[in-house]
Order: sequence, then structure tokens, then C-alpha cells
Amino acid sequence: MQTTEEYKITDALASFVEKWREKPGNLIMILHKAQSEYGFIPRKIAIELGRILDVPLAKIYGVITFYNFFKLEKPGKHNIQVCTGTACYLKGGIDIIEELEILLGTGVNTVTDDGLFSIESVRCIGCCGLAPVLLIDGEIFGKLSKDDLPKIIADIRDR
Amino acid sequence: MKTIGIKINGKPVQVEKGTTILKAALIDDIKIPTLCAHDDLDAWAACGICVCKIEGSSKMVRACATEVMEGQNYITHDPEIMDVRRTVLEMIISNHPMECLTCGRNTTCELQDLAADFGIRDVPYHADVKELERDESTPSIILDPRKCINCGRCTIVCQQLQNVWALEFLERGHETRMAPAGGILLNESPCIKCGQCSAHCPVGAIYEKDETREFLNAVRNKSKHVSVQIAPAVRVALGESFGMEPGSIVTGKIYAALRKLGADSVFDTNFGADLTILEEGSELVDRIKNCGLLPQITSCCPAWTDYMEKYAADMIPHFSSAKSPMMMQGVMTKTYYAEKIDVAPKNIYTVAIMPCTAKKYEITRDDNMWASGEQDMDLVLTTREFARLIKSSGIDFDSLEDEKADSPIGDYSGAGTIFGVTGGVMEAAVRTAYKLVTDKELEDVNVYNVRGMDGVKKGSVDFDGTEIKVAVAHGMVHVEELINEVREAKEKGEDPPFHFIEVMACRGGCIAGGGQPYGTTDEIREKRIAGIYSDDEKSVVRKSHENPEIIQVYKDFLEKPMSHKSHELLHTTYQKRPQYAK
Repeated sequence: MQTTEEYKITDALASFVEKWREKPGNLIMILHKAQSEYGFIPRKIAIELGRILDVPLAKIYGVITFYNFFKLEKPGKHNIQVCTGTACYLKGGIDIIEELEILLGTGVNTVTDDGLFSIESVRCIGCCGLAPVLLIDGEIFGKLSKDDLPKIIADIRDR
Repeated sequence: MKTIGIKINGKPVQVEKGTTILKAALIDDIKIPTLCAHDDLDAWAACGICVCKIEGSSKMVRACATEVMEGQNYITHDPEIMDVRRTVLEMIISNHPMECLTCGRNTTCELQDLAADFGIRDVPYHADVKELERDESTPSIILDPRKCINCGRCTIVCQQLQNVWALEFLERGHETRMAPAGGILLNESPCIKCGQCSAHCPVGAIYEKDETREFLNAVRNKSKHVSVQIAPAVRVALGESFGMEPGSIVTGKIYAALRKLGADSVFDTNFGADLTILEEGSELVDRIKNCGLLPQITSCCPAWTDYMEKYAADMIPHFSSAKSPMMMQGVMTKTYYAEKIDVAPKNIYTVAIMPCTAKKYEITRDDNMWASGEQDMDLVLTTREFARLIKSSGIDFDSLEDEKADSPIGDYSGAGTIFGVTGGVMEAAVRTAYKLVTDKELEDVNVYNVRGMDGVKKGSVDFDGTEIKVAVAHGMVHVEELINEVREAKEKGEDPPFHFIEVMACRGGCIAGGGQPYGTTDEIREKRIAGIYSDDEKSVVRKSHENPEIIQVYKDFLEKPMSHKSHELLHTTYQKRPQYAK
């Protein structure tokens, strides 16, 4: 289950919902917005959105578990997205993940105890020339080897 | 309806436009194998077993979801098609645990049947069974997602027929599973325990909680007087489990079987139904005469009351406070009957044979279910469990001599028996309410405008010059229309659109409940319904208030409908509940 932290519909999300309420395909847009607000889809927010949009909660979970993009757990402050698309996979993307797991002492889709880092395996992010590649807070680190990782993590930690 | 000419395996046939290949083939007596298609549901082509060919096309199509077209020749089977079907079957089986002997669907499983028909002896693919936990959180049904073949029937039933949305397809591809929204248990979801998912599941992924051993333990305990009641709908369906036609009335054999199984007294829920009519009918008359809140809404269906508490709590004041026939029968057994036979209520063990999985939940739904001072109903067995109990005892059901129910709470009227079909509670109530309002007897007791399979039925009954407006809904998806009509009238300050509304959660009513024998379709519903009405027609007494045992029980014990004692024992309350407990 998820964190018991209380979440409320933010003003930005509320006005986004109003803008999209009557439009077809609104659910997925609203869920995108919700994830950008909270970093994931808190259950309380999913329930609240279901009520506001008159959509069964089961349907919302059908959508957010179908698409890899949506997260049900709160990610770390810095979410490390490691590409495991075809090129990165062949160039050792999995080795990068395994090394990160050792360095951070946590597995994929879980968060370090201090809440700073989480590791996520993502599909092709569109820069195969830089394979293997990872993304942290939108910043790309490419042509990686395992030895690059301790410094990258130390730099992020110091930010 | 326009008909078109097609060919099935080269043989010309005429079919209605819009017919699927699956249905068209049936005209030529070819039953194309399927695992996901079901007559109650729109086809959505999940399993892939029903592939067929169209002559001249190299593509195979799914018979369940492909409409026939003028002039085409459909090939329903040839060596290549059968080979493809076999491969699909092998792939499904490679994801399915080989636990047939200990499975709740052993000998009633559609996958097992196909594996037998296809002569599957080994599976060439690596076995890959999902590691998912069994969900035993509800008192009614068990979810075993490891056995799920992703046919989707349960989810579509839950969403489209029942409008409950407890189940959804989560994840995707290989990870797809049927579950409540977001890692919670079924009992924490909006599930109303109607069991329609279990009645539609082709395999053992959803099944009723088996409590047959509880019954045997009670019989074994010599200090317990075991008292059993049977519901109206059981008598027209149980026979199917012993090879009889749907709709065969086997009431007398059921009484006999129960005594052979060790029941100390055998009663009929139909008596409880007659009692419910007296209480609920009097409540209705009271509301009509004294400007009470209308419409009154029936509350004998526990799946419906659960739904209403979660989805339409604003309707609580409209709910009849009368308990269901099963609960009334239970409390009368542990009070009135206990006094008669001079046995302490704590030494009576009450069992109900029900067509319903939600009834297992109802017996402990709130404190009012302990009105006798003990738990009024100790055990509920579904029709399917009861059939297994008879089979495992070795009793030859077919050759049992008819017996009668015990007195003084076992006799029933025709009105009591029709409680098992949609419209039946309404019709039974009308027969008695007419008398209560007009002080005259209704001459033609058949109330035809509340009968039949339309999801929503509206009509009116002439109460000697006063028009009483009634409405009936069955299949949970249809109830919203009626509730919204009531809400709209209320908002506009208009008169309520109806005096009385009957709701049953399952399509067709209890005769097609979630605990009935498998394979229920509209064709079978119609036959069971016909069985119930013939039971009514051949009854000498067809009105609840004319049932001599009912008259006696008020004289001896309850005084009159809605008396203080009635309220204590036979009435209950409802409260708003959250849809999600988590």
C-alpha cells in the first residue's frame, strides 16, 4: 500500500480538471497533470478525481496500471530513470541498474531510506546514440560505464 | 428483422442480419468451442479459441465477434483450424495451475472440458503460473487470480451488468490480472457479494466459499437441533445438478434429502416470504395512508442493500425496514419454534439453502441479525454447495420420495414462492396490500405487468379506485434509472413517481442468483421462472395473508404486523457505508 501522507487536490489540478471536464479523453490528461503535481498518483487523489469526474475508481486504476508512465508509489526526491530500450539494453543498461542497486542499497521502483533516490527502468527515451543512458531530474547522462555512477550520485547528493 | 443467406461449411442457411458466426453455426448444430463468449455479455474476443475461416480469405476470424455477411461461406472446423485451437488451448493451459482435483470447479470447469475434448495429454510450453495470493476476504466468494485465464467475463459482469466496478483489468500484457482497484482486498472494494462473477467465471478463479463441512459438523453435534430452510429459487434449479430440466420443481425431494442428511427440522423460506409480505405490505399501507415517505423500496436482496448503502445512501429512508425472508425465518426458528419444541435458542443451528452468495454476508451484516439473542442464521449454503453435499452423501436425488415441510413455520402460499423471480415480491405484496388497503380480496391474483425479463418494468395497479404505481428493476445496472426518477421528482417537489419499487440484484431475480448451478443464460432463466409460476399456480393458497400458519403465528406470537414484537424481531436498519474501505 501507499504512504499514509494526506494529499489534497491542488489549485492547479482543480483548475485543470475544470478546463478538461467535458472534453473527450480527459481522464488521461488529468492523470498526467496529477502525476506532475504529486510525482505519482496518490490513492486519495485517485478517489477524489473519480468522485469529481464520476468515473469509477476501478477504471482509474485500470488506466494507471496499464501505462508504465504512471506511478502508484511516491518516487525519491531524485528519480533515476535508466533506459532499458533496445539500444541501451544491448549496451548494458541492465548492468547500470544492477550497479545502482548496489550503490544505493535499493531495488527498482523502491525508494532509498532517506527518500533521496529511487530507481526506475524506462523504455527508449530517444537518444540511442548515447546508449547506455540515464536521466536524473531531466538531465541526461550518456555513454555510461559502471565506474561513472559513484560520481554522478555524489554530485546529485550534494545539490 | 432482415434475413440474409450464408453458408455454414457449404450448407446454405438463412440467418438474421447481425448474427455472429458463433450463433449462425448453432443453426446447423455446430457448437464452436469458446471460453470467453457468454450469452449474457457482448463478445469481446479475448480467448481466441473460436477461430473460424471465411472461404476465399486467408485470415482466420473469431466466431464470437464476427457478424456474418451475405453470400459468405464460413468454415467452422478443419484440420488447420483445430490445430490452431489446440495451440491456443495449450498456451492457456501453460499459464494455468494443474490443480484440478482440489479445484472448486472440478467437473464444472469449461477449460477442463475443452482440455478433455481436445485430448490434451502434455503441454509443449514452459509452465508459467502467476504467483498471486488467494483473496478470501469476503464471507461469500473467493478470488484465486492464479487460475484466471483473463477471459474478462467477471469484470464485464461486474461493470456492465451490475454497475458495481469492484473488479477491473489491472496491468497489461503478461501481467494482466482481474482485481479490485489498487492492491486492496475484495472486501475493501465496492463488491456487493452478488456472486455473478463466480457464476460467469469459466474456471476456478472465482468461486463460492464452500461451507459444506460446517453443516456436517453441526449435524454431528448431538446437542444441536439443526433446522434448515430452502429459498424459493432453489427448488427450480437444484434439479439441473442431477440432470433434470431447468425449471423442474423438486421441493419435496429437497425436504427429503435434508432429512436424510441429518436435519432435525425442515422449513421453507417461502413461509418467511409470506411473513415478509405481511410486514412489508403493512409498512407500505402505513406509508400510503399516513403520508409517509414514498416510494417504499424492497430490501430482501442483500446484494442490493449493500449496493444501496454504498452507492445510493440517500435512498435509506425509502427502504422497507422489513428483514429478508431468510432472516425472518431464522429469527422465528430461534424464538417461536424454539419455544414450541422447548429447546434453548443456543442449541438450535439454523441453515439456509440459498441461490445467493450475498446471503452468506447478510447473516452477520449488523447487530440486528442477532434479534433472537443468538445469531439468528448460523450458516448459508448455496444451491451449488447443497448439490455437492447430496452427491457426496451418496443419496440418489432422483429417486427420493416427495416429503412435506415441518410445521408450524413451513407452509407457504403461492405469493411466497414467487419471491424468487423478478417482479415476484411486488406481485406478492400487491396481493396482500390490496386487501389491507381496500379490505377486499384481489380477484385476479396475477399481476402481469411486473412479470417478464425487461430490465425495468413500470406499471400500475387499481386498488379499488386508487392507482398504485409500481416499478421493478433487476440486474443492478437497471436500478439507477428508477432511483434517478425518484431523486428528480424530489428535487422538483413533485409527487413521487411510484408508490413501491422492487429491486433484485441479479438478472431475472434469485432464480439466476450467483449461487445457482452454472451455465445460466436467458433461456434457462425463462425455464426456471416458468417453474416458479407453475408452483404458484398450483398452490391452493396464493396470498400471504391467507397462509394458515401465518395467521396462526400472528395469533400465537407476533400479535399483528408492525407490532412491537415484530419490530424487535423482524425489522432492521441501514446505514451509509464507504465504497472503498481503503
